[in-house]
Amino acid sequence: MDISKHKNLDSLEPGQVGIIQKVAVDEALYQRLAALGFRAGKPVALIRRGSFNGPLQVRVGNTDIILRRSEAHRIKIKTS
Amino acid sequence: MKRIALLGMPNTGKSTFFNRVTGASARVGNWPGITVDLMRAKILLGGHIAELIDLPGIYDLHGFSDDEQVVRHFLTAAKVDLMMIVANSSQIDRQLSLALQLKSLGIPAMLLLNMSDEAKRAGIRINTKKMTEKLGVPVMQISAKYGDHCTDALKAASLLLDKASQEADPAEIQRQLEADINIEHEMEDIVQSTVEMPIQLGDALTSRIDKVLLHPWLGLPLFFAAMYGLFQFIFTLGKPLQDSIAWLLALIRTDALEPLLASTPAWVNGLLLDGIYNGLGTVAAFVPIIILFFLVMTMVEDSGYLSRAAFLVDALMAKMGLDGRGFVMVLMGFGCNVPALMGTRVMRSKNMRLLTMLVIPLSLCSARLQVFLFLTATLFTAQQAPLVLLALYLVSFATIFITATLFKGQYKNSEPFVLELPPYRFPTARQIWLRGWQEVRHFLNRASNFIVFGVILVWALTHIPFDVAPASDATLAGKIGHLFSGVFSPIGIDNQLVIALIFGFVAKEIVIGALAVIYGLQGDALMQLMAQKLDWVQGMSFMLFTLIYTPCLSTIITLKNEAKSWLFAGLSIIWSLALAWVVSFAFYQTARWLGL
Repeated sequence: MDISKHKNLDSLEPGQVGIIQKVAVDEALYQRLAALGFRAGKPVALIRRGSFNGPLQVRVGNTDIILRRSEAHRIKIKTS
Repeated sequence: MKRIALLGMPNTGKSTFFNRVTGASARVGNWPGITVDLMRAKILLGGHIAELIDLPGIYDLHGFSDDEQVVRHFLTAAKVDLMMIVANSSQIDRQLSLALQLKSLGIPAMLLLNMSDEAKRAGIRINTKKMTEKLGVPVMQISAKYGDHCTDALKAASLLLDKASQEADPAEIQRQLEADINIEHEMEDIVQSTVEMPIQLGDALTSRIDKVLLHPWLGLPLFFAAMYGLFQFIFTLGKPLQDSIAWLLALIRTDALEPLLASTPAWVNGLLLDGIYNGLGTVAAFVPIIILFFLVMTMVEDSGYLSRAAFLVDALMAKMGLDGRGFVMVLMGFGCNVPALMGTRVMRSKNMRLLTMLVIPLSLCSARLQVFLFLTATLFTAQQAPLVLLALYLVSFATIFITATLFKGQYKNSEPFVLELPPYRFPTARQIWLRGWQEVRHFLNRASNFIVFGVILVWALTHIPFDVAPASDATLAGKIGHLFSGVFSPIGIDNQLVIALIFGFVAKEIVIGALAVIYGLQGDALMQLMAQKLDWVQGMSFMLFTLIYTPCLSTIITLKNEAKSWLFAGLSIIWSLALAWVVSFAFYQTARWLGL
């Protein structure tokens, strides 16, 4: 039985890890994210969320990145 | 002369490597068609004299950001003999993409895997020999921060320059820059066969520090406490340094220059001492503050905390179209606008930088505070004065907010808000000093001429014609005041005060001195006279105008230098004058209407 779930990066809980499925953002952001290591199949961990609906801190490979929730929402991930 | 371009992603220590191999010999260079400052230096490489250029950090050769366009422009327009590509060893699994893109341009290249010390600690092993074979360009590990293998890298570069006789075809470079190449597979393949990375990644110490500094409740209070501490450090230490420079300059003036020039005609004397010498003094006053500011900012930036500040305050700043790093600079502007403007260079999006530079001059700097301390003591009781000062700080924040909100559509940020949080690092003393020194030299080179010129101009306005009392109604400044009396009388500012405002263009520090000259009185006598001549509504209107209009000549010149545009500096002046007038008008007329 497939228990994996598809969701968006912003719906992860701090400490949770997901596998990137699709980065559905415009080209400029896509290139930036790709260069920072956001590529399909790579694991991504949510480290923490900023207060007052602030940005998210996520970890891809050996890089910690902050991005806004609206942008994280467009990154599709799979959790097991 | 051979030309070597230094390329790499942001946060790879590219500039640290540049500073390591060039030392203090680097200069800011201008390139046709390029609107950002590029550092360049001549270095001796084997038998070659080569020019090393530090290009901005980029993520993708085909990217859309301002910096990515600058790099593309540079690579097509300037004949580059060698590319030194710098990458962070610990992140080579993703940074190799840029190296592969650059390699495809056909320009001779080498890859420097920097921060080898950090990678070693993290247990990352890279087979550079194999990577050299696979990639087809020399690969070596270095640590720019500690200087490990930097000389070897230069030796390898000189060998490459010996070999590189074939010229890369500009048309071919152009073609490659337009082509969207797929390098993902190639990168995967090279990384798989040459890099060993431990499964558990992330710096444990950094994670522990972040737990406190980015804590949901503690993070912001700690940020503001840190900012307050740094602010106090810069400006409490800077003040006595500025004072001693001023004391020394005054001593030279009274003991040497004045006796020496005693026999010259009054106007020559005035031009030399009140014009040129005071102009140089104005420039000198900024030197200690700029050094201290960049000592501190280099620490904040290189330690990795500045990106964390962006994380902490982004939720508050995003609505204003600014980001957290801009917010830090605005806060520092409350000490002194000039270094805060120079500090905006950490922001890589041009539009966001311009927007930040437009609001910084509205922050109530320490020079304006001096004027307000004097006037509040003159016009208000000891109980009222602190409240008036608080109100002025609130007005300052309000004007920043209004300006950012009004202009954010004009300066729309095109760059995605995606920032790396590097691990916490300790910058070396060498890095810190070098930065402070470079920034001061930059300021002196670019700003001193204009500042001296401006001081002379204001001196001329307030002293010509020479046969009338300086700063009186009969001088050019007084005539300008009369010309604009229709503009200033509705805000309760009389002709004498307009002359003081004209002096205030040079620096707010001299406004009180100017009032002393204008009224021919000093100290308590000046206070008494002003308390008689002005009621508190007029005084408040004058303070509001002083708060909002152009802070000082040095700020204008720095704005122009940083934006590389007189037009932008002009916009800042006009906007601040208009806003100052509207705010003073609204206050003065409302107060009068209420019968105050």
